Amino acid sequence: MISEWSNGMSRRRAIQASFAAAAILMAPRLSQASPAKVQEELKKLFGDKKPTEGKIRIDAPQIAENGLVVPITVDVESPMTDANYVKSLHLFADGNPQPGVASFKFTPASGKATATTRMRLAQTQNIVCVAEMSDGTLHTASAEVKVTIGGCGG
Amino acid sequence: MSTKPTPRVRLPANAKKDEIIEIKTLISHEMESGQRRDGAGNVIPRKIINKVTAAFNGKVFFEADWHPAISANPYQAFFYKASESGEFTFTWKDDDGSEYVAKNKLSVA
Repeated sequence: MISEWSNGMSRRRAIQASFAAAAILMAPRLSQASPAKVQEELKKLFGDKKPTEGKIRIDAPQIAENGLVVPITVDVESPMTDANYVKSLHLFADGNPQPGVASFKFTPASGKATATTRMRLAQTQNIVCVAEMSDGTLHTASAEVKVTIGGCGG
Repeated sequence: MSTKPTPRVRLPANAKKDEIIEIKTLISHEMESGQRRDGAGNVIPRKIINKVTAAFNGKVFFEADWHPAISANPYQAFFYKASESGEFTFTWKDDDGSEYVAKNKLSVA
């Protein structure tokens, strides 16, 4: 170590480096979703089309005590007529083992582009929703849910 | 596999024309995620319901694709715009190929 310091690596740098190495070693063992994985999924679904923010309201708890059962309601603003309706709505969680949560397909007969379900969240993370309208435009919204006890049972 | 999954559906029996009604569904199912391990350290194979469809008089109006992140005994609520009297058919599709079906009548005044 002493020779390393004289090589220009300060004691502080050495300590920082050892912390960084420890952080890598302590990273979760399971394969993990990440914001990048969510973007990958979106690319698979929609190609290079970029969604715009807005038109979606996410109703989920800010703090979920039990990650096994987290209620979520997603509501997309739309008249739901034959000419203008929400075709599909996709939910992703960027900190779960797999990014996909659910995908909903609506029709004008749905009346409202609203769906409620219950999901599992492994840890505190962002929920990302993307809606595809009948004219092909995309909208997105996200919400952070803090999870006290993770819900992956592992 | 414990018991046979039992679907439960709650919706109004009557509606006015063009009224938007809420449909709440629940089905008993363990939704085994494929992420867990048993006592011996072997991965418990995935077994979830991966699709729910809701149809009225044979015409599908809502579909949900579920991933392993959906909780056990999954709940799903959605809406329907009433147009005529008829019958709903709700279908849950399991990973193992089985289908669970519930039917409900709606009369529109």
